[in-house]
Amino acid sequence: MKPPLFDYCSAQSVQDALQKLHETPGALILAGGQSLIPAMNFRLVSPSTLIDINRIPEFRKVEVTSDGIVVGATIRHRDLELDAAVHAANPLLRLALAHVAHVPIRNRGTTVGSLCHADAAAEMPMILLLTGGSVMAQSVSGTRTIPAEEFYKFHMTTAKASDELIVSARFPALPRGAGYGFAEFARRRGDYALAAVGAIVSCDDSGIVTDARLAACGIGSKPVRLTAAENALNGRRADKAAMAEAALATADAVTAPDDTQVTQAYRRHLLAGLTRQVLAQAVSARKEAIA
Amino acid sequence: MRHKPAIAPNIPSVSADPTVEVTMTVNGQTVTRHVSPRMLLTDFIRHELGLTGTHVGCEHGVCGACTVLIDGRAARACLTFAVQADGAELRTIESEASEDGTLSELQKAFAECHGLQCGYCTPGFIMNIRAHLESGEKLDLSDEGIRDMISGNLCRCTGYKNIVAAVRKSAQHFNRK
Repeated sequence: MKPPLFDYCSAQSVQDALQKLHETPGALILAGGQSLIPAMNFRLVSPSTLIDINRIPEFRKVEVTSDGIVVGATIRHRDLELDAAVHAANPLLRLALAHVAHVPIRNRGTTVGSLCHADAAAEMPMILLLTGGSVMAQSVSGTRTIPAEEFYKFHMTTAKASDELIVSARFPALPRGAGYGFAEFARRRGDYALAAVGAIVSCDDSGIVTDARLAACGIGSKPVRLTAAENALNGRRADKAAMAEAALATADAVTAPDDTQVTQAYRRHLLAGLTRQVLAQAVSARKEAIA
Repeated sequence: MRHKPAIAPNIPSVSADPTVEVTMTVNGQTVTRHVSPRMLLTDFIRHELGLTGTHVGCEHGVCGACTVLIDGRAARACLTFAVQADGAELRTIESEASEDGTLSELQKAFAECHGLQCGYCTPGFIMNIRAHLESGEKLDLSDEGIRDMISGNLCRCTGYKNIVAAVRKSAQHFNRK
């Protein structure tokens, strides 16, 4: 229950961190450490070097513009959750962040760190996918933007190369007038979700759904879009019948096998129920936005 | 062939790990120590400073027994390396009671509401609640709100009912009704 030996380096600038990452085999980035340090305490991970990026001022920034929110690499979950401008731009973030572990963990854990850790049951990777967000990866040889749908490969596996550092993440703003919802089920408060669902529903003036976006986590090896459910809603009025049909259409999205907590059948049932909940939330949120 | 273990003649009492210097303020006092980068803040507080009120429960962030305040915010000392706290301001459970041993209002509320039995988890609860009371954020003092506030701290004795009462009582002293 004590971490193995490692070299420690407190990076003073972005370039310093990238250079160190480039030249040190087996090095890992230390941001909030709320997933990395427990893994080290269990000796599941033994980095040769920890490159601490907490003293780099560029990473301690949240930028909110009319089209999105750009979150720096060391912004804590809790800072993002309490940020009024972030909430105004996209209220889904606060809704989901309230389900990420507990306040003392959110006080140190970083949102970008959680995105990179890529636990298949984690909320924020799902929100990145749901909102159509992306991450900015930087290495000594340059910078690239990776959209969420390309970033997530498998449980705890992303498209990030070992010499890349995710310097920021971008969450698009909620589309004007869109309804939104988020719901999750976990056995204990703050646990990883057995399943969680998020929704963004845009409609035209006559109430016909023009763009339904649904995503879920905890149900497979990575966060997924619920495309069959989206298709069941698009082009239709978001009434009870359409929502029920969408909820039923989620069943095939569950690929997680029976595990020590629940069966696959249980997760399918749960996912359908959560989908109905978030769609109801989204419809009432849209009505409020119009009123 | 197995040999009977023999008592070693001389085991070094100091770790052979390379060390770095850290300086931080702990309960108002500035301390400087040389520590291994892998030393957890829990071990730093307990073994380097001798402040054994911060308890070690699970060492992976689940139980909350090691919760301390780092720059005013509640955090798991077991999920923080001591080197990360270089330059920080720390508060531990030892900052609660005054010099003469008079309990803080928060501690009194726990005692009066019978919010503890064995007391192992209590320092973590107190520090977490302290952070919430001093945060300036609007507190939800319904049962549900308080249970959410303390959801990151596990108690295996009390069943939480009395802890919820203690939080509500102490919040009154902070005019946070």
